[in-house]
Amino acid sequence: MVAKQLSVFIENRQGRLGEVLAVLKENGVNILSLSLADTTEYGLLRLIVNDSQLGKEMLSKEGFSTIVSDVLVVKIDHKCGSLQGLLTILSKENINVEYMYGLSLDGDQASVVIKTSHPEKAMEILKAQKISTLTNEDLKDM
Amino acid sequence: MIWSKNETLSRAEIEKIQLERLIETINRVYEKVAPYREKMDKAGVKPTDIKSLQDLSKLPFVTKQDLRDNYPYGLFAVPTNEIVRIHASSGTTGKPTVVGYTQKDLEVWTECVSRIACMGGAKKEDIAQICFGYGMFTGALGLHYGLEKIGASIVPSSTGNSEKQIMYMKDFGTTLLVATPSYALRLAEVAREIGVDPKKDLKVKIGLVGSELLTDAMRQEMYKAWGEDMLVTSNYGMSELMGPGVSGECEYLDGMHINEDFFIPEIINPETGEVLPEGEKGELVITCISKEALPLIRYRTKDITRLIYEPCKCGRTFVRMENLSGRSDDMLKIRGVNVFPSQIEEVILSFSELGPHYEIIVEREGYNDKLSIRVELVSSTDSFAVLENLSKKVRNKLKTILGLDCKVMLESPNTLQRFEGKAKRIRDLRSK
Repeated sequence: MVAKQLSVFIENRQGRLGEVLAVLKENGVNILSLSLADTTEYGLLRLIVNDSQLGKEMLSKEGFSTIVSDVLVVKIDHKCGSLQGLLTILSKENINVEYMYGLSLDGDQASVVIKTSHPEKAMEILKAQKISTLTNEDLKDM
Repeated sequence: MIWSKNETLSRAEIEKIQLERLIETINRVYEKVAPYREKMDKAGVKPTDIKSLQDLSKLPFVTKQDLRDNYPYGLFAVPTNEIVRIHASSGTTGKPTVVGYTQKDLEVWTECVSRIACMGGAKKEDIAQICFGYGMFTGALGLHYGLEKIGASIVPSSTGNSEKQIMYMKDFGTTLLVATPSYALRLAEVAREIGVDPKKDLKVKIGLVGSELLTDAMRQEMYKAWGEDMLVTSNYGMSELMGPGVSGECEYLDGMHINEDFFIPEIINPETGEVLPEGEKGELVITCISKEALPLIRYRTKDITRLIYEPCKCGRTFVRMENLSGRSDDMLKIRGVNVFPSQIEEVILSFSELGPHYEIIVEREGYNDKLSIRVELVSSTDSFAVLENLSKKVRNKLKTILGLDCKVMLESPNTLQRFEGKAKRIRDLRSK
């Protein structure tokens, strides 16, 4: 099972990010991780939340352009070289990484959110390598 | 249904009526309206020089400036005690232009609007909601009396309080909507916001839109918002000439029939004033030949169109004016290139990722004009590549159409201002 990422289009205007966060807060949508990237005119806010569907519905209602897409949330050991090892596996199988960002877990475990060209295929590869990933169900309880 | 038998007269019969009424009007204004007499004397034309319709071109033009110079009643051809109604244009710059009507003028106006409403499919059975602002603006009351004469049930809801407008539509069973194209689209948007699907939950099947340009792309947006089976027609008029009712589209959607027994149209070169041959595109000039209070002669409308004399499939013989391609005073000159907002609108509406609302901003940077277009992103993505590609495609298409480079600014849905009356889409910051 892949995990769901909520993306929001934000024009570069003061207070716009705050408006998005307010909508999520009012509806009890908890943010587990985020990445905010921008160009000169607009930005994309990518979020891993406990309920992406609810977040999308509420933001759309408030007039935001939002989308839910498939990403991998891959558990890795909190030690040197583990991310590199993971990427080598994906690269060998011709899986292209579009972007990624971290998502912290308790203890000595870490995880990364990865958007790939082929999420389902990447999932199969990770499974075969016995690398564990977080599903939407796991995120719900976080 | 064709409302009046005059709408199917032969060309010879139309011209006979036009000439009689033209000669009568010219004699009357020469005698009764001092500024006209002065203008004609200065141009060396006497009423007796007008013997044929071609002689019309000998007469001087009247412009909006003449109305301002003679504010408020200087061009009226009747004493004020014969005036039964006064309207005024919005007058965004300086004094408004004031127009008056005698009892007979109101009857003619109603007749003209009944005709164009019938062209647009209005029937006695219709429940017509008029979402034009009531007041000094001629649009609302013009449509009001014309539709009432047909026997339709009028819901004079005016503009504003869009949620209530939707409630009226739903509860009263509105079948016909009168609005500007941009407000009609806004109303559909509001309906969806409050959980009403205009296609399923409402019965609106006729849209009589006016007071703003209706481009083909905008008409497609109307179908998308209100349903493919809606009959959307545009109609044309301006308060100086009477209000709505000068011309309107029939169900064949191929130009607006001008009520030629009341108005004589000409097309001129806006720069030289020379009358252009049949079929050529230029500025529309209208002469009112049946008005008592304010019979404007050769009024320069500033609207750009062409005239089509070929017979229409609907059976009406009145000449058609092509849907406007812009206003000569809406035209922006950017880096020496003529730009009509309608060209920009066509491009924006050709992208399904973008909404129908937009804003055009012209600024000056140093000695250079800079054109930016704000548009709303209605699709969603999590990829910069998609957004950048979209901006690039819009920009390239605008460059091809306008011959100008511009900046495309993507915005979230619902961030651009919505308008209830005429949409103001241009911000020209160059003069400041």
